[in-house]
Amino acid sequence: MGLMRLITFPMERDYSLTGPERQNAFDKGLAGAEWYRTPVDRKVLKSLMKRTDWPATRDMAIWVAVLVGSGAGGILLWGSWWALPFFFVYGVFYASAADSRWHECGHGTAFKTRWKNDAVYELASFLIMRNSVVWRWSHARHHTDTIIVGRDPEIAGMRPPQLIVLCLNLFGIVAVPQGLVALARNAAGILPPDEADLIPETERGKAIRVGRIHIAIYVLVALISIWSWSLLPLMIIGLPRAYGIWLLLVMGLPQHLGLAEDVLDYRINSRTVLMNRILRFIYWNMNYHIEHHMYPMVPYHALPKLHEVVKHDLPAPNPSLWNAWSEIIPCVRRQLRDPRHFIRPQLPEGAGVWEPVRSNQTA
Amino acid sequence: MPWIDACALVDIEEEDLVRLDHEGRTYAVYRISGEEVYCTDGLCTHEKVHLADGLVVDHTIECPKHNGQFDVRTGNAIRSPACEALKTYPARVVDGRVHVEIP
Ligand code: FES
Repeated sequence: MGLMRLITFPMERDYSLTGPERQNAFDKGLAGAEWYRTPVDRKVLKSLMKRTDWPATRDMAIWVAVLVGSGAGGILLWGSWWALPFFFVYGVFYASAADSRWHECGHGTAFKTRWKNDAVYELASFLIMRNSVVWRWSHARHHTDTIIVGRDPEIAGMRPPQLIVLCLNLFGIVAVPQGLVALARNAAGILPPDEADLIPETERGKAIRVGRIHIAIYVLVALISIWSWSLLPLMIIGLPRAYGIWLLLVMGLPQHLGLAEDVLDYRINSRTVLMNRILRFIYWNMNYHIEHHMYPMVPYHALPKLHEVVKHDLPAPNPSLWNAWSEIIPCVRRQLRDPRHFIRPQLPEGAGVWEPVRSNQTA
Repeated sequence: MPWIDACALVDIEEEDLVRLDHEGRTYAVYRISGEEVYCTDGLCTHEKVHLADGLVVDHTIECPKHNGQFDVRTGNAIRSPACEALKTYPARVVDGRVHVEIP
C-alpha cells in the first residue's frame, strides 16, 4: 500500500465502491439510472443482435493458430534473439487479445452456443489473470453505472489520471502483482469489501473456487520453471500477461479516458475510434465503444453495422488511434493541474436530446 | 386470476416478445413459433430492466442490459448476472388472440 502511495497522485474523489462517492451516486440518482440510447428500429436491432457461432469460431481458430505458431517459434528459438519477435506476437495475442475474448464471451454474445461462450470466457479470464466470477459482476456494474464514481469498478482513467501506474501497466508491472494478490486472496476465501459489494452471496463460493484453480495453475507453472531452472514455462503461461498487454492499453484506454464522469449518456462518456482490420481482430471491434454500451446485446462482429445505423446521433468517431491519443494526451496533462477538466464531445446537429431519468434507488 | 386479452398473435413475431402493461405492472409476452406463447414478469430480476428490448433465442430471453438469460417456460435464471427466477403466467392462443392469466 505504501508503495502504491508513492506512485499515485492524490485524487479529489474517492473511486472506491465503498467510500463516500457511493452514497453521492445514489443521492444524485446516478446509480442504476436510465441511459440514453439512440433509437433503433426493432427489426433492424433484432437482425443485428442475431447470434451465430461462425465468426467467433473462425476468429478463435486464427487466434489459437497464431498463439500455437508464435509460441512454438519462441520455444524452438529460446536462447537466441530470434525468439523475441515470436514472443512479441505471442504476448500480444495471449494478453491483449484475451481481453476482448474475455469481454465478448462474458457478455455471451460472441457465440450462439452458450458453452462455447463460457469455455472461452473461463480460458480468457485465466490468461488475463481475472477471477471470472468477480469480473463478471464487476463488468455488469460497469454497464449499469458506466463511469459513475463510487459505483463503477472499471474506471481506468481517474482524475487526475494515474499516469505512473498506467505507464507501468503497459507491461503489467502494477496490474500483474495486483491481479495475483486478488486471486490469492480469493483462493484464501477472502472477498474484500469492493468485491463483496458487487457479488451476491450465492456466487461467492464460485469466486473462491475460481481463485483457487487459477492460483494452483500459476504455482504449478512457477514450480516447473524453478525445477527446470528456465524462464521458458513462465514465458508461455503467466508472463505474457505482463509483456503482451501494452496493446490492450493503447487500444482500450481511449474507451473512456478524458471524458465526462457522472453523466447518463454514453455519447458523452465513451469514445468510438476507427481502427484497421488487424487491430479490430485483436480487439474484437470494441473500438465501437459507444455502440457497445448502448446495445451490449449486439455481438462484436455486428458492431460495424450498428455503427452505421446510429452514427448520425453520435459524436464523430476519432478517425484513428493516433487521433484519439492526440486529444487524450493534452487533456490528461491538463487534468494533472485541473482534475475537473474533461473533453466534451460535440454531438451532431439534430442529435437526440436526453432528459436524464435519474433513479430513485437507495444504497 | 382472470384471462386477459394481451394482443393478436400476429402482433408478436416468431422468436420475439412484446411488453404488456396491466394494472400498474409490466409483463413480457413471448411467441416462440406458431402458437407457442409464454408470459413472464416484464422486468429482469437482476436490475429491473424491461425485458421487452431483449432477445429471444429458442426458449430463452436475454436481458438487454447485462445479457442475463431466463428460460421463458419456467422463468428459471440460466445465466448470470440473472440469478433469481422470473414469475411465469399461463398463456394461450384463442382465435388468433394471445390470452394471459395475470393478476
Ligand atoms: S438487468 Fe437483466 S441481467 Fe442485469
